[in-house]
Amino acid sequence: MSENTKNYYVPAPSFWPFIASTALFLMAGGFAMMLNKIATGKPLMIAGALIFAYLLFGWFSEVIRESVGGLLNKQVDKSFRWGMGWFIYSEVMFFAAFFGALFYIRNVSLPWLGDAELLWPGFAGTWPSAGPAIKEAFTPMAAWGLPAINTLLLLTSGVTLTWAHWGLMKNKRNQLIIGLVLTIALGVIFLFLQAMEYHEAEFTIKTGVYGATFFLLTGFHGLHVTMGAIMLTIILLRVLKGHFDSHNHFAFEAVAWYWHFVDVVWLFLFIFIYWL
Amino acid sequence: MNKKAIFFIGSALSSISNSASAAYELNLKPPVTEIASQIYDLHMTILYVCIAIFVVVFSIMFYSIYKHRKSVGHKAVQFHEHHMLEVVWTIIPALILAGMAVPATKTIFAMKDTTAADMTVKVTGYQWKWEYDYIDKDVRFISTLSTSQDEIDNKSEKGENYLLEVDNPMVVPVGKKVRVLLTASDVIHAFWVPEFGIKQDAIPGFIKEVWFKVDQPGVYRGQCAELCGKAHGFMPIVVEAVTEEKYNAWLVAKNEEAKTAAAGSDKEWTKDDLVAQGKIVYEKNCAVCHQANGAGLPPAFPAITGSKIALGPVFGSDGKYLKDGHIDRLLNGKGIMPAWKAMLNDVEIASVITYTRQSLGNAATVDPVIQPSQIKASR
Amino acid sequence: MSTTTTTHHDDHAHGDHGHPTGIMRWVTSTNHKDIGTMYLWFSLFMFMFAGALAMGIRAELFQPGLQLIKPEIFNQLTTMHGLIMIFGAIMPAFVGFANWQVPLMIGAPDMAFPRLNNMSFWLMIPAAILLLSSFFVPGGAAAGGWTMYPPLSIQGGLSTDMSILALHILGVSSIVGSINIITTIFNMRAPGMTMMKMPMFVWTWLITAYLLIAAMPVLAGALTMLITDRHFGTHFFNAAGGGDPVLFQHVFWFFGHPEVYIMILPAFGILSTIIPAFSRKPLFGYASMVYATAAIAVLSFVVWAHHMFTTGMPVAGQLFFMYSTMLISVPTGVKVFNWVATMWKGSLTFETPMLFSIAVVFLFTIGGFSGLVLAILPVDIQLQDTYYVVAHFHYVLFSGAAMAIMGGVYYWLPKWTGHMYDEKLGKVHFWITTIAFNVTFFPMHFTGLAGMPRRIPDYSQQFAEFNMISSYGAFALGLSQILFIYIVVKCIKGGEKAGAKPWDGAEGLEWTVPSPAPFHTFETPPVVK
Repeated sequence: MSENTKNYYVPAPSFWPFIASTALFLMAGGFAMMLNKIATGKPLMIAGALIFAYLLFGWFSEVIRESVGGLLNKQVDKSFRWGMGWFIYSEVMFFAAFFGALFYIRNVSLPWLGDAELLWPGFAGTWPSAGPAIKEAFTPMAAWGLPAINTLLLLTSGVTLTWAHWGLMKNKRNQLIIGLVLTIALGVIFLFLQAMEYHEAEFTIKTGVYGATFFLLTGFHGLHVTMGAIMLTIILLRVLKGHFDSHNHFAFEAVAWYWHFVDVVWLFLFIFIYWL
Repeated sequence: MNKKAIFFIGSALSSISNSASAAYELNLKPPVTEIASQIYDLHMTILYVCIAIFVVVFSIMFYSIYKHRKSVGHKAVQFHEHHMLEVVWTIIPALILAGMAVPATKTIFAMKDTTAADMTVKVTGYQWKWEYDYIDKDVRFISTLSTSQDEIDNKSEKGENYLLEVDNPMVVPVGKKVRVLLTASDVIHAFWVPEFGIKQDAIPGFIKEVWFKVDQPGVYRGQCAELCGKAHGFMPIVVEAVTEEKYNAWLVAKNEEAKTAAAGSDKEWTKDDLVAQGKIVYEKNCAVCHQANGAGLPPAFPAITGSKIALGPVFGSDGKYLKDGHIDRLLNGKGIMPAWKAMLNDVEIASVITYTRQSLGNAATVDPVIQPSQIKASR
Repeated sequence: MSTTTTTHHDDHAHGDHGHPTGIMRWVTSTNHKDIGTMYLWFSLFMFMFAGALAMGIRAELFQPGLQLIKPEIFNQLTTMHGLIMIFGAIMPAFVGFANWQVPLMIGAPDMAFPRLNNMSFWLMIPAAILLLSSFFVPGGAAAGGWTMYPPLSIQGGLSTDMSILALHILGVSSIVGSINIITTIFNMRAPGMTMMKMPMFVWTWLITAYLLIAAMPVLAGALTMLITDRHFGTHFFNAAGGGDPVLFQHVFWFFGHPEVYIMILPAFGILSTIIPAFSRKPLFGYASMVYATAAIAVLSFVVWAHHMFTTGMPVAGQLFFMYSTMLISVPTGVKVFNWVATMWKGSLTFETPMLFSIAVVFLFTIGGFSGLVLAILPVDIQLQDTYYVVAHFHYVLFSGAAMAIMGGVYYWLPKWTGHMYDEKLGKVHFWITTIAFNVTFFPMHFTGLAGMPRRIPDYSQQFAEFNMISSYGAFALGLSQILFIYIVVKCIKGGEKAGAKPWDGAEGLEWTVPSPAPFHTFETPPVVK
């Protein structure tokens, strides 16, 4: 097969893209119907999600087979690096939109509402706030309880992941496996604590802009941690199968980049949602 | 071919033949405030600058198209860079822009200066009408389109101020700085009077300020300038600038009007009077969504005819109005249905309820007639 | 430039003779040319559909009064015309060009991720189904304007959710597609093709792809907040809960302004390819063109609030956004000057692609100037949300983007089909399009100045004459595009055989392969000197 690795690998025709399109169609169409209380929406959405899960499994298996089969040369590897980097950049911009909304609400719109005496008499317009018309009292989340512990957990998980990477580089298989297991465990504990925090929160997503920004930002972050943990688990399984060596392990690195990115997002969350 | 189509083609032909006499407006409306004339001048300056650059650049291009054609045997000269030229045509536009920015900046500061106003009017945008509230003058009224539906539907001749006329214009004295506080109750609207050089979005829950000072008495017409739903094109703004004496007289008259309306709340009305009055209120306020025949436009705007709310009970056993009953819906609204509490008086609400219960194909047997006094008590 | 190519290494199933035929060729494709073709057809279909909506708009506006279309339907037409033209016609057309041309121009065997490439295309289909079918759900299509400002868009029904989710899917498609293009350009250039040797079209797409990756996720954020406000009780855009409807506008336009350049930069790339070819002389100021494109891209992220001058921002904000907006005309001006200088002392011929390109330079500049007028904040106060704005963005989007696309299609059709298009008919199409376009949109400057708001189904009688002229122009413009389809189909079916390089002044690797371009090209990279 040496001839193949000379050229850039152009895959054979594939059904996966069409399946992806079908899955997203069912998910989006079903979701739209569900939001508008049309009964068929939910089953459609679930069907779409199942197809999507099947798709991810099938498509990635195929890429892994190509990789293990030696079809992907150095240039393809470099493409993956560019691709993953830009994907993470797009995620950065996605979170930037929500952080931008948070800053705007805290620094611009709330003070304006506080000044609009004619419409909202007596409203102070200071953060944290649920807005002038929502009267229920709520307790904002304190930074130095669970969130601080969660920060430590995620920071530690970044360290253990790097330690695992060193293990991979130096062909220390045990270090690699233990590091990965630790990282996944820390991620899962983080998610568990986050769920506990949601459960005990004395406000909901409907509690004005405070509830909305809190749950949307931490919620999307939590979703990313979940995805990261799943991806790490798959990497662990691949490590156990012996897919990587010290030179050829971009999948590991890609997931590691992703995990560090999710870490950094959390630091911003900790500062701007919980602390300040 | 149906009647509508014949009318359509007929009037198309007639307007072509008339077009010779019609005005082809080419520029901004003649300004009547200081700000509007500054804007007018700014526009003329930037327009001339643009035209000048345009003529220079494209003269060169068309000269080249004319002279440097292959068909006249021109051979291409292979150059592809000229640093000096490139620097020059970067810097010169930048300088021109800087020159433009100076007067524009001055005008912006002037536009934003709402201090030292002589009077303040709070203007609220609703779907699809304007409310004017003269702060500290106890004058508050709703202003809606007064063009008839027949004119819009091409069933009768269109008037001179087609779509730009209202029942209650905003009246202001000349020579006074009027501060306008803008807000909206439902969606974003925009308050725009071209001759004044003001356009400001009315944003629900926020107060935004603009000001104007008119020197010439006259009637000035504008429109809502932000898409606000189906009747966005049908919520004009009319401002009458009058002398101070006339303005004061108008204020007195408006106060009287409000007093007479309030007196109507305590009187006992007959069903027929209420239905007759209600028809007027309905056609002005409700028909835009629920349609003149009460059929509505489901699912967004439900039908009145056969509606549970219009036929069901209004009051509970305790004598108070029922939640989700007819009075509740009118006073407090729900979803897209606005709360009419602030917009209509007791007589108007009682009459329109009675009208919709007894007309448009409805004949309610429970609570058939609602009296203005009952509305007054329900507020 | 010299190339070495044509030796095949297809010992697995992706050779010329190995790919599936019939519908499966398209459904399962991993070939950049086939995928590009699908994008272009998709775009043409959506262009005609959204154009038909515009015909409805212009028919209603033919004269004052309500004749054909109820106001609520009218709002659906304007909303969907905008959404479909932007996301369904213009953007996919440029992605189609990128698919066809970028690998050919840089000497790559295909896109970096061929399967993802096909996914990007096939995601367009569910989005299109959601958008088009929303006309038939109860309450009709979304009617809150393509910008979907809350609270109006909060009032919408099922169709609003369908549009939002369609845009989410299109966002995924665009982001994946752009990552693909960016990776292809960075990683798959033929040996010797340094960044500053890349064709201008590749440069503009590189920067466009960057803008897409940065801007589309922000749109996704705005839409996500919109959907939670609609259905999950959040108050991002509701003052009662401490939010602000204007916040949506900020987030939306942070996406929306780069989006404007996403729709014009590839057009600039096409012009920078065609004008030198028919001037028989290299592009003037290549380096400054690259820098100008990059400058436009950077500035596009700091001008967004000029779409919101009437929302009542504080003075500091208004001044900042006015200055930054005015600044953007400097690099744009540089581009126009460069094109004129490219033509200067050339050896010009005027085939259809060149005619379109010259018209774009001329008409886009009118749109650029009306943009400069709108940048002057006090003037914008008068013109915001009037027909002047409608005129402005059609001068940049139709006579900028759409006509550049048409020019590009004529330019590369011989390469794509192997046949020359009908030059005479092409010229007829050009002249009708250009004249009808101006008849339609030039009077809108006047109706806007005189005070006609946009997005209204009926207007006062002072605007009657110009509106009727606009409508006549629009009908001609719409009809003339049927001729375009005819010319394209005719060219595919047959016609004079095109050589590898049918334009004597054309430059670039794509002209070193035969016409039509073989199924696989540059499997072994060419060497660029």
